[in-house]
Amino acid sequence: MKAGMLMRLRGLIRKESLQILRDPSSIAIAFLLPAILLLLFGYGVSLDAKHVALGIVVEQPSAAAASFTAQFSNSPYFAPRNFPNAAAAQTALSHETIEGFVWLRADFARRLAAGKSPDIGVYVDGINANNARLVENYVQQSWADWITSQADLAGASNPLPINVEPRIWFNPAVSSRDYLVPGLIAVIMTLTGALLTALVIAREWERGTMEALMVTRVSMHEILISKVVPYFLLGMGGMAVSVTIAVFLFGVPLYGSLLVLTLAAGLFMLASLGMGLLISTIAKNQFVAGQIAIITTFLPAFILSGFIFDIGSMPAPIRVITHIVAARYFVSILQSLFLAGTVWPVIWPNLLALLLMAIFFLGVARLAARKRLD
Amino acid sequence: MRRAALPYAVAMPPETEGAPLVLEQVTRRFKIGKRVVAALDSVSATTAPGLVIGLIGPDGAGKTTLMRLIAGLLRADSGAIRVFGTDVAAAPLKVQGMIAYMPQRFGLYEDLSVQENLDLYADLQGVAPEARATRYGELLHMTGLAAFTTRLAGKLSGGMKQKLGLACTLIQPPRLLLLDEPTVGVDPVSRRELWAIVDHLVRGQGMSVLLSTAYLDEAERCDEVLLLHEGKLIGAGKPSQFTQAMAGRSFQVRAANMSKRALQGALSRLPGVTDAIIQGAAVRMVLDAGIHPGIVRESGLTDAVITPAPPRFEDRFIDLLKAKAAAAAIAPTTSAKPAVAARAPAAQPGMEIQVSHLLKRFGDFCAVDDISFTVARGEIFGLLGANGAGKSTTFRMLCGLLPATSGSLRVGSFNLRTAAATARGRLGYMAQKFSLYGDLSVLQNLRFFSAAYGLTGAKRNARIDWALREFELAPMRDATSRDLPLGFKQRMALACALMHEPDVLFLDEPTSGVDPLARREFWQRINALADSGVTVLVTTHFMDEAEYCDRLVIMGQGKVLAEGTSESLKSACRDETHPDPSMEDAFVALIEADTARSAAPVGAA
Amino acid sequence: MPRRVLALIIKEFLAILRDAKSRMVLIGPPLIQLVVFGYAASFDLNHVPFAVYDQDRSVAAQDLVAHFTGSRAFTEVASLKSDHEIKSLINSRQVEMVLVIDPRFSRDLLTGKAAPVQVIVDGRNSNTALLILGYANTIIADYSQQWAATHGLPSPPAQLDPRALFNPNLDSHWFIIPGIVALLTQVVTLLVVGLSVAREREAGTFDQILVTPMRPLDILLGKSIPGLIIGLAEGSVIVLATVFWFQVPLHGGLAPLYLGLLLFVLANTGIGLMISSLAATQQQALLGAFLFMVPSIILSGFATPISNMPVIVQNLTWLNPMRYALVIIRRSFLEHPSFTSLLAQYLPMAALALVSLAAAGWLFRKRAV
Repeated sequence: MKAGMLMRLRGLIRKESLQILRDPSSIAIAFLLPAILLLLFGYGVSLDAKHVALGIVVEQPSAAAASFTAQFSNSPYFAPRNFPNAAAAQTALSHETIEGFVWLRADFARRLAAGKSPDIGVYVDGINANNARLVENYVQQSWADWITSQADLAGASNPLPINVEPRIWFNPAVSSRDYLVPGLIAVIMTLTGALLTALVIAREWERGTMEALMVTRVSMHEILISKVVPYFLLGMGGMAVSVTIAVFLFGVPLYGSLLVLTLAAGLFMLASLGMGLLISTIAKNQFVAGQIAIITTFLPAFILSGFIFDIGSMPAPIRVITHIVAARYFVSILQSLFLAGTVWPVIWPNLLALLLMAIFFLGVARLAARKRLD
Repeated sequence: MRRAALPYAVAMPPETEGAPLVLEQVTRRFKIGKRVVAALDSVSATTAPGLVIGLIGPDGAGKTTLMRLIAGLLRADSGAIRVFGTDVAAAPLKVQGMIAYMPQRFGLYEDLSVQENLDLYADLQGVAPEARATRYGELLHMTGLAAFTTRLAGKLSGGMKQKLGLACTLIQPPRLLLLDEPTVGVDPVSRRELWAIVDHLVRGQGMSVLLSTAYLDEAERCDEVLLLHEGKLIGAGKPSQFTQAMAGRSFQVRAANMSKRALQGALSRLPGVTDAIIQGAAVRMVLDAGIHPGIVRESGLTDAVITPAPPRFEDRFIDLLKAKAAAAAIAPTTSAKPAVAARAPAAQPGMEIQVSHLLKRFGDFCAVDDISFTVARGEIFGLLGANGAGKSTTFRMLCGLLPATSGSLRVGSFNLRTAAATARGRLGYMAQKFSLYGDLSVLQNLRFFSAAYGLTGAKRNARIDWALREFELAPMRDATSRDLPLGFKQRMALACALMHEPDVLFLDEPTSGVDPLARREFWQRINALADSGVTVLVTTHFMDEAEYCDRLVIMGQGKVLAEGTSESLKSACRDETHPDPSMEDAFVALIEADTARSAAPVGAA
Repeated sequence: MPRRVLALIIKEFLAILRDAKSRMVLIGPPLIQLVVFGYAASFDLNHVPFAVYDQDRSVAAQDLVAHFTGSRAFTEVASLKSDHEIKSLINSRQVEMVLVIDPRFSRDLLTGKAAPVQVIVDGRNSNTALLILGYANTIIADYSQQWAATHGLPSPPAQLDPRALFNPNLDSHWFIIPGIVALLTQVVTLLVVGLSVAREREAGTFDQILVTPMRPLDILLGKSIPGLIIGLAEGSVIVLATVFWFQVPLHGGLAPLYLGLLLFVLANTGIGLMISSLAATQQQALLGAFLFMVPSIILSGFATPISNMPVIVQNLTWLNPMRYALVIIRRSFLEHPSFTSLLAQYLPMAALALVSLAAAGWLFRKRAV
């Protein structure tokens, strides 16, 4: 009996692996889509505002104005452009050719000299609020630097009573690629684990091969194991490729332990496979299975995992929902492992959560799977 | 529960413990749309070991449901099924250890090779590795697949897939073999080979086989038959018992000064005639029990020549269905009205199809290789061929769905390669599987197609009313068409194709799967159309339907193998082994001769 | 023949609305996405947990901390006694920021030296880190000004007067939610249109249509108008939700918005029909739509600015209709755009719509087997 089971499992797993290798849509979902995502996020997507197109309006040129605007031309964050007046700058702003402008009025030098503390207008395009805030911060930083250097030149005391020393840990260059690319690994593994698995099982139903399998002596858990093993390996392979690309192509640091990364990825993969198997027992055609998988696994992994958007800032009901998204725990582990190291206080609870989710989803999938058509 | 008397006690020893299959009052219902349909309605039967049992009935009769119930894939709502004494519901795994089951479409993994499919099923059925080499050898020899072990299953022809599916289920010889429609979509040559294998299994190894089919002519090859119709078992026994009941009731009728269609029409309207169908140049007639063939002459057809013909299984099936319909006091659907007098005969002469030197290439593969034929106006013209012979490709080019690589195609005065949309207004087209909009109701489908063909206003309403009336669709007008029984779908598809009174009608596998009564009714309408001058071009794989055609071509490997009337094609292959060849014999002979000429096997469709 | 087209349109609507699966595509995903994006996708910070390591323990320092705790953006969760606590709190992600107040803080402040304050931020999410830093800077700058004012210190020689145009509170919902109008309109239009031809091809009904006297143009119109209507209806529902549920102002009025939506839906209809014509099965159509949609959303400026992308990628976005739609929709909501100022968006989108629809019409007949 034991030998028979091993023989059946071996046969099924070999079949599944051959099918993966020969099916173009498996290849597309397992390799093409991840490659597109990695390239898009690695090269295309950046939240870092660099070379911000900043308009400069100096109504009356003066030495003081020149020293102020020099702050921007010397900064890597800005690509300044001059405008003759505020109206022209505002037009450029609404055409989105610049993201903000600094306006030094005609009386700037005069008031400065008179110690009358002139106002410097800073206008940002508020439509992209996130970007606007970053631009504002950069301008403020430049302004503070300018004031400090002016005071130094005059030998006067610094008029800014507080000196802020920012320290950004783990990602001192604040490169968004360094946090987006590791998080993306969770999204990619969701694609193979849940979407691809749900689709291939639905396909077996559609083509009638599941029916042929079910009348043999195969038991339901043998069928499930034979699906889990190859796709587990495929997903882990995808993980390995993604990590390699992240580290060697995009230069993302990996401070944590590879072993822990593998363990966490393994548990996450099992949870995703459990979801995929569960979806395929509910939806027996590829169209519905694909829809459900995208809505219940892919989309949450993108939006609700903390991969891009900060979970802590979401409204309470949404925060509660994020707890049932397996990717949330994995993204947290990934970001720590890559940028901070093996930080056990972060890793432990998240690993435990992944373990519970893997057990839960695989268990429910096993209970829901019946060796019958009705 | 009310216990109806067991309707059919097939001749069986009283001890049923060892019977391969015992069905007791098996009932299974499904929900289709909002209706609950009984796929199986208290079916009871017992079968003897070592026989081929045919499970016979049209699509939707409940054959697949019964197969799945026996295999333990579905549960019966009530009743019991025992396989060699073991209750399927109680011990499905034990039953699955005794049976092998080949589902429709054969359960093959198309992206695995022949050998890989065999390996998989050998693993699943627990065949010891040391025993495999000999077993594979036997099976590959038996199925003739030895030369193709490395080919992907998806790249095999329909017949080869079917044999591979069979080999996979047979790796561990079962006690009971279940084959669900193994001969569907397979050409006659492959069907014969399959039957040879099944015979070998049963005679040589004592295996019991339950085989379902919608082809009534296959019943005569079974040892015993279970006849299903709309979920009910309407007959069981040896095929000879069925045909014996019809002894002396079937005849061939010819009339010198009358067209075969007029004769067939006249005969089918005659009281006392169970059935009348065109067979080649003659009409095959079945009389009600106790009716003398003399009624034909008495009715005024004085020059009719009537010769007795051997009864067929189908005769009995029609007889049973008619009896049932009469008992239910439903007017038989083959009401003999001169169906669709759809239009006045077209005024312009020479409305015909001309195909010359037609060629279609897909890459290196030549699907249609320089074929030529013509169809006269008002003719019913058949296009026959195995899968992959190029008949669908030819058909699609004729309808203007596929551009030809070279050659000319004329329908009437239009060159279809260049014809404008107006030319298509002269064509009617009925696709395979009766593809209409399943989500739309009957009326919505009619409305759409009438508008698509450019009908408007009062004319459009008149045609919709005509279709509802003529095709008896009015009671179903608001039903969602997906949920309709197959026969209704077929009628609706024909109605949609005729909305605009076309001059040429294209029919692609128009009757596959529908029950014989619906098929007869359908052909009656087609005959009436042809009589009124409509040119009909039809593809079919039912050999007896080829007999309804005035002329036909048989295609193989993209070429026309033979052209002529069914009579001429049949007589061309008459020899000592086939003194009275059937259409199928003629077809098989042509294909075999063609295959012998070219060593290369027939490619997949 | 307009009547034939009308029949095709009616049929298309019936087929979509009578089929449970298609209804699901129309209602389920958009609703879920609206809620998820509307509430979860935000770059605003709320209740960021932070810790204070106050080595000064003066009134001035406490006052500074009070400025932080008084802000919606920050919530104090720990007060530290030693600097090695900092590491464990940040490592374990219990806090995202630690405010370290130097022992010399109040003394330096009173003596007019720049008083040192350290802000330590968890950089694992770089965007959040930068935003936290920005918020912290603003709070500290406020505090400085107050201190300077109350202690009669000279004010800085020049003041910044920051103003955010069009979105004075820099509420990122005002950015994301109008974006959802474009996003969901695209998703629904592509799915409905993309699956329509593939579904007919699977069922064999497309052949039925092709053998009728309908011309490619008739079929093209009959297939695209339902997509257009459904896309616009879906867009309108989301516009309503944006205005009345999420309370985003609609300054620019409906005219520029709907002209943009119309062109956008047309372009998507063309792309959807192209995908559909190329796909043999619904499965392939779905995969095709997905492979188009993911890059098109990511490279549209929906969440991250196009100007941050490498130049090659920026050039690629010129082919992305969503890029133009986002600008039109956001500006219609938050500004009073003039027609001419939006022309640079309308024209390329109209060109994309024209090209994709023409290509789709050509592909209808041009496909083998």
